[in-house]
Amino acid sequence: MLIARVIGDITATHKHMSHEGQKLLLVQPLELDQTTPRGDAVIAVDTVDAGQGEIVLLVTEGFSAMTSVGRPDSPIDLAVIGVVDRVDLVG
Amino acid sequence: MYLGRVVGRVWATVKDPGLASHRLLVVQPLTPSLQATGKRLVCTDAVGAGAGELVYWTKGKEASFPFLPAETPVETTIVGIVDTVNVAC
Repeated sequence: MLIARVIGDITATHKHMSHEGQKLLLVQPLELDQTTPRGDAVIAVDTVDAGQGEIVLLVTEGFSAMTSVGRPDSPIDLAVIGVVDRVDLVG
Repeated sequence: MYLGRVVGRVWATVKDPGLASHRLLVVQPLTPSLQATGKRLVCTDAVGAGAGELVYWTKGKEASFPFLPAETPVETTIVGIVDTVNVAC
């Protein structure tokens, strides 16, 4: 899992049926300092009604993403599964 | 999933039987500001995307799921045609 910031969303009328009714967020993965970008922004299915600018928990593997969305065997490889309150780092 | 634009097509007469009848599209990954990022790749298509269209695609085993129950040997598939990209910050 990674942490990421919600930077926007996309709309798509024509998409795979398993994506119907799902909110598709644009999220920027971050390092754990919560500011440094970690790679390019990606598109993730929102399962927690995350808001613009929020720091979120991002799963980046299919099984966990599909499970969180509740749609097994669907082409979903990224999902937002939590809103981060705080990150504590030791050292 | 990842943003991209369809920039070409690959034709292959000899291929795995599981790929028969599948279109192979060349996709350029994009940033949310629609700038090219990374290298172009070949994707199968689950939504009927066309040349020049803005799309989003998935990778990994999930990329084969739109074609179930067929076990299709693919790892990147276009799963949506993007209408709008909203970036607020």
